Amino acid sequence: MTKIFETPLYPYERSADQDAAEPVRHPVVVIGAGPIGLAAAIDLARHDVPVVILDENDKVSWGSRAICFAKRPLEILDRLGCGQEMVDKGVQWNLGKVFFGDRKVYDFNLLPEEGHHRPAFINLQQYYFEEYLVNRARALEAEGKPIDLRGGSKVTAVEAKDDGVLLTVETPDGPYRIAADWVIACDGAGSPVRSMMGLDFVGRVFEDNFLIADVVMEAGFPTERWFWFDPPFNKGQSALLHKQPDNVWRIDLQLGWDIDKEKEKKPENVIPRLKAMLGEDAKFELEWVSIYTFQCRRMEKFRHGRVIFAGDAAHQVSPFGARGANSGLQDTDNLIWKLKLVMEGKAPETLLDSYDAERVHAADENILNSSRSTDFITPKSDQSRIFRDAVLDLAEHFEFARPIVNSGRLSVPATYDGSPLNGPDVAGMPDRTRPGAPAVDAPIGNGWLLSRLGDRFQLMTIDADAPDRIDVEGIEVERLELSTNDDPSGALAERYLGDAQAGIYLMRPDQHVAARWTKFNEAELRSAVNTATGALSNRVETPD
Amino acid sequence: MSELTLKANIDRPDDFYADLLAAHEGLPKAQSDALNARLILVLANQVGDREVLKDALAAAKQAMHRDPARS
Repeated sequence: MTKIFETPLYPYERSADQDAAEPVRHPVVVIGAGPIGLAAAIDLARHDVPVVILDENDKVSWGSRAICFAKRPLEILDRLGCGQEMVDKGVQWNLGKVFFGDRKVYDFNLLPEEGHHRPAFINLQQYYFEEYLVNRARALEAEGKPIDLRGGSKVTAVEAKDDGVLLTVETPDGPYRIAADWVIACDGAGSPVRSMMGLDFVGRVFEDNFLIADVVMEAGFPTERWFWFDPPFNKGQSALLHKQPDNVWRIDLQLGWDIDKEKEKKPENVIPRLKAMLGEDAKFELEWVSIYTFQCRRMEKFRHGRVIFAGDAAHQVSPFGARGANSGLQDTDNLIWKLKLVMEGKAPETLLDSYDAERVHAADENILNSSRSTDFITPKSDQSRIFRDAVLDLAEHFEFARPIVNSGRLSVPATYDGSPLNGPDVAGMPDRTRPGAPAVDAPIGNGWLLSRLGDRFQLMTIDADAPDRIDVEGIEVERLELSTNDDPSGALAERYLGDAQAGIYLMRPDQHVAARWTKFNEAELRSAVNTATGALSNRVETPD
Repeated sequence: MSELTLKANIDRPDDFYADLLAAHEGLPKAQSDALNARLILVLANQVGDREVLKDALAAAKQAMHRDPARS
């Protein structure tokens, strides 16, 4: 059977650009058709911004790779129009078990909060994730949206200028050049664009190797996340078992630093390791095996003039916590609306510097969390191992030690505290929806709040009056009129009002809160819209 | 809970010290080290307050003997 990741989904086709006398200029070129590049291009095309995606390959990713997708990225995919496929195919899980040696020390339930459309997490192979994104791109193309996915097209030179970028693209028919007003580089942790531009990528290397095996089996294991510290079948190391769709199980085995990678990857060496874990009689088939090492690092700046980096190209974390692809999707969610406003002349180019500020802040949070998980999972000194083992021993007997156990702090979205785009806040309103925070979902009538937010600036009013539409120097702010009666469960009031009787929220196109008040004031709203779009302070109108 | 106490606060200190030694009595070094680590975590949980814990770490570090012969 041909697997999806063996099928060319976007084979090379000759482009008219290759026959042009002069390099054809495009508004946006995205480099890399992985999850992040595809999401960026889909978001642009949905807004009728013409986009070309260049990828040296023509297939989705080989092997499962990123498998754990969190709630916030699923909400972003809903906005992009392909969240449902992911959730339908994905495996949902809430229960986790932690083992130490041969004992189960405790289990936990993620106990998702009620009143959200999307689950806390789904497990889904990256190849399905990419396939659904490619399908979405194709559907947009069929609707006449300006999206042009070019496989077999490898960028070999990048010439960044003040007002655009010139790219050389290698193809089976030879090289050609195209120009772009803007380039979004989503070409992965090894980013050739980053190297060609001679940009830094510094951080911490972890001296460890992990064997990942995707195993197809009809197993009696429940749909849970099992994590072992120092298991009998992998002494002194760690192991993870996680379920994916189609009876594929993801197994991660820590191997240590001094190993022969090529040798360890061979089935004759992998299979005995798996049998030691799953039992001698376990019947399974190996789908994919890989060995990875990892680093925690980021670029100093994600924006370099007209070239903007996103996803692993900009920042890399350890896999513990599922903060790679999940944070990359939040990068483009943050970037695309800003880029569109700048391209339309509705916001100054400096608005893009807020992408840097907000997403560097998020990357630092992810690096901190994933480094700490790594330090717990793979202690770097005798003393850190003594404390790690002490925590695990205590966790078996006492509840207090369980929150210290760190087998990965699972991805949660960053709140852009201190962002230059944030406007006023009100004391006594809920902390979780403060300016900079992503909107928290809530049931509204027969649907969900988040399905009514996004893609434009909105004024969300809860039991408060405001005009239906306000134009702030070309930026239209549309009212979303809500009442606490829309949600009998009380979640809307709890998540957005707190102590207040009424609420007015200025929501960004990426569904983040820009500012909030308890009653409408036009001058304050105008000022907050200007702040949220990076407009110069002298454009702020004074109250009359 | 507000401030770290560095004044004498242990009820009958000789008895406590004897209990501490007794807990380690006969243990090999690795198990003693593990016991100490568990004890630190249990006591840290009792304290709870992050500022007090920071001050406690600082106080413990401050009292580190600098004699290279003992390092």
